[in-house]
Amino acid sequence: MQAAASGFEWLPAQASTAARGYDALWWYLCAVSIVMTVLIFVGVFTFAIKYRQRSPHEVPKPIHGSLRLEIAWSVLPFIVMLTFFFWGTYMFFDNQNPPANAMNIYVVAKQWMWKVQYPNGTREINEMHVPVGRAIRLTMASEDVIHSFFVPAFRLKRDVVPGHYNDMWFTATKPGRYHLFCAEYCGTEHSGMIGWVTVMNPRDYENWLSGGGGEGSMASQGEKLFQQLGCSTCHLLDEQGRCPNLRGVYGSRVLLSDGRTVVADDAYVRESIVNPNAKIVAGFQPDIMPTFQGQVSEEGILQLIEYVKSLSGRKSGIISSRQTGQTEGSSRGGSQANEGQGTLQPEGTSMTTQPPRDMANQQAQRKGNYRRNQ
Amino acid sequence: MSTAVQDPRTQSPVNYLNAEDGLKSWLLTTDHKRIAILYLISITVFFMIGGFFAVLMRLELATPPGDLFNSDTYNKLFTMHGIVMVFFFLVPSIPATLGNFLLPMMVGARDLAFPRVNLLSWYLYIIGGIFVVATVGLGGVDTGWTFYTPFSSTYSNTWVLPAIMGIFVAGFSSILTGLNFIVTVHKMRAPGMTWGRLPLFVWSQYATALIQILGTPVVAITLALCALERAFHIGIFDPSIGGDPILFQHMFWFYSHPAVYIMILPGMGVISELVTCFSRKRVFGYDFVAAASVGIAVIGFLVWGHHMFVTGQSMYASMVFSILSFLVAVPSAIKIFNWTATMYQGSIRYDTPMLYAFGFIGLFTIGGLTGLFLATTAIDVHLTDTYFVIAHFHYVMVGGMVMAYLGGIHFWWPKMTGRMYSEPWAKFSALIVFVGFNLTFFPQFILGYQGMPRRYHAYAPEFHVLNVMSSCGASILGIGYILPLIYLLASLKTGKPAGPNPWGAKGLEWTTQSPPTTFNFEKIPVVTEEAYAYAATTEEETVG
Repeated sequence: MQAAASGFEWLPAQASTAARGYDALWWYLCAVSIVMTVLIFVGVFTFAIKYRQRSPHEVPKPIHGSLRLEIAWSVLPFIVMLTFFFWGTYMFFDNQNPPANAMNIYVVAKQWMWKVQYPNGTREINEMHVPVGRAIRLTMASEDVIHSFFVPAFRLKRDVVPGHYNDMWFTATKPGRYHLFCAEYCGTEHSGMIGWVTVMNPRDYENWLSGGGGEGSMASQGEKLFQQLGCSTCHLLDEQGRCPNLRGVYGSRVLLSDGRTVVADDAYVRESIVNPNAKIVAGFQPDIMPTFQGQVSEEGILQLIEYVKSLSGRKSGIISSRQTGQTEGSSRGGSQANEGQGTLQPEGTSMTTQPPRDMANQQAQRKGNYRRNQ
Repeated sequence: MSTAVQDPRTQSPVNYLNAEDGLKSWLLTTDHKRIAILYLISITVFFMIGGFFAVLMRLELATPPGDLFNSDTYNKLFTMHGIVMVFFFLVPSIPATLGNFLLPMMVGARDLAFPRVNLLSWYLYIIGGIFVVATVGLGGVDTGWTFYTPFSSTYSNTWVLPAIMGIFVAGFSSILTGLNFIVTVHKMRAPGMTWGRLPLFVWSQYATALIQILGTPVVAITLALCALERAFHIGIFDPSIGGDPILFQHMFWFYSHPAVYIMILPGMGVISELVTCFSRKRVFGYDFVAAASVGIAVIGFLVWGHHMFVTGQSMYASMVFSILSFLVAVPSAIKIFNWTATMYQGSIRYDTPMLYAFGFIGLFTIGGLTGLFLATTAIDVHLTDTYFVIAHFHYVMVGGMVMAYLGGIHFWWPKMTGRMYSEPWAKFSALIVFVGFNLTFFPQFILGYQGMPRRYHAYAPEFHVLNVMSSCGASILGIGYILPLIYLLASLKTGKPAGPNPWGAKGLEWTTQSPPTTFNFEKIPVVTEEAYAYAATTEEETVG
């Protein structure tokens, strides 16, 4: 069934480490479903033909049922379903927590476009470039409604929800250009909120990345915002001001005035910017900091977070405690505050030695541009 | 077939159709059978409206670019299709028509427990329907039938409030019907009609009614909150004013997942009646089929989170919702196996209702099995919000529920009208429906795994072939739905009189004349045997 007719493929390309496993589970589910369907169909057809009415006067013997059969066809299918459950949950969990060395890319969705930012300051719209063989963690925010980041070739999807960060991660395995779709209905041009993810060889990727970022790294842009918005008047960096000193805060445990402790991750920093009174650090007064909701864009908030991260001497892409409730270790990441383009060496994968394939170009040509003509 | 042309309303003995005349006698009736007819006419109108929207969508999707309508129009089409079909066709379909007509007769009662409340429920349905028709007239709504916030509460520039109002009001119609059924089953069973002798159709209606009265208020509250946020900017769901958009999804699916069981359980009840009658056998495993209905209703309340695996919901919550979703599949599987086993050593006839029952078993099996794909968390990540989901729920809702509905209408049509329809035409159109349905929706499973997202006005060219197949199938399916409308209506004039029990079926509704008198029974029957006691049949009446 997997054999493709010309120009038509049953399954999208397998372009992430997750895709192969997902497809294996998919085929397993298909196989079980086909067996079950055939079983039912054969049963129905056999009985329908074999026991068709031959005389209107025949009176079939009543059968009340069979406890054994009932138990069998309740329990056995459930056992089969448990195999779906365990296999599926195992893979699902595996895809929740990004590896420690994942490279961060930031995605801001808005009606109806995908804005992508790289830590070095490079920005794109409706395009994303990633290297082969390197775990990528996307931190995603929405400016308006719920969107969903969906790359069929990776078999991955994650909603992008306004008001908080959702993240997802993947490791691309095959150079090429792949569809990026918005999968959650988001208004008029939902079907036009599409783009491409380009998977490149690490060397090409480094070349590509070094061509961008004219405005400086995200952290340095965040630093400018930090000055412009007046954050620096209270959040002093070399002494304790009216508000907490942010040096070394990111990734650490913060004691709050109500006695709770939270990990200072992306979500915490974001909340502290848009809703400062939600969590007050122990020893500080509430109502000093105004809300910056609506005054700084989601992209700006991400830049501020990058800046705050840099104050802790961190590379980007470390903390992900929200999904699991677990605290990631604080010793992760490099020791420099640079943004990590220098660390793009792939993690020992054979993909790196392959030449770039023509496939990418062919695919791009075949698919063409199908956006609605305005 | 017979060419008798008597009008049953004038020639037949007094029955519920000819007992009174005039529009007023219909609009103020409290007879459950007349209310069922009122519902039958109104939901048929809504089915046509919803179907019309679907036809326009399939026309647009016949080519990859968005060339027939603009994006806003397309978005309104799928939204209105969803709202009309879910809230104004599927939810009331079997309960309000066949349920209203048959439930009192099946338990041996003269009417439902609260006849005037029953009429009220129809009026509420109509008022809700007027809001929805007005929404369409004003320019439509584009939020999708799911009304996800903050799009619906803040960003959409369409007529969200009237649409929500319509669903809100119609919800009370559903609640009142459920309440009426529960009380009727508890309090109005004829002497000897014990719980263990209730026809399985009654059990399924009972389970449905439980969901209706427990679930519907939640969606009413949810939509009311959404309307409050939209009208008065009270921050509940929109994060920019302090709300949580995911909260809406929890509340919405807490009703709307059980609601899919509102939509399928009554269909399962119909199939139990059809399979037993046309196999001329007691149902295999009565207790299990009956308990499965209640089991589905109860577990169905605990699985809503499987709509939210990719929203950022805790992965442990997703794991629990996943296993519970597998669990709810078990009672559905029990039913399928028991129906199949009922046919074993039966005496099976291939009348039209049985053809629909075969269709139901096959299509519901596929619909149910593909539900297991979506209950598997990892696979759902890829498949959710794609055409796979569309195909899955259309296999359950259309392949299951509409098949059962049509099967039920054909089965009880002689009882409702006193006339037989044209059997050859009916068999032909059942075949058309089956073929058209599969051609429409099977390709969508493949489209889904290929990654075509749902609610797309324009799509990538590699999805073209399968979309063309789907659009062709839709036109065949459309014919399959129009044919019954024609030959069933024609049967009112030309159909041969049915007699009280044309199928030789068991059940109290077949013991009265067709059409029944206003109060169903000359005197309240006394039940002395279990349901489906076909072996006890002494005389045989057959047609065809």
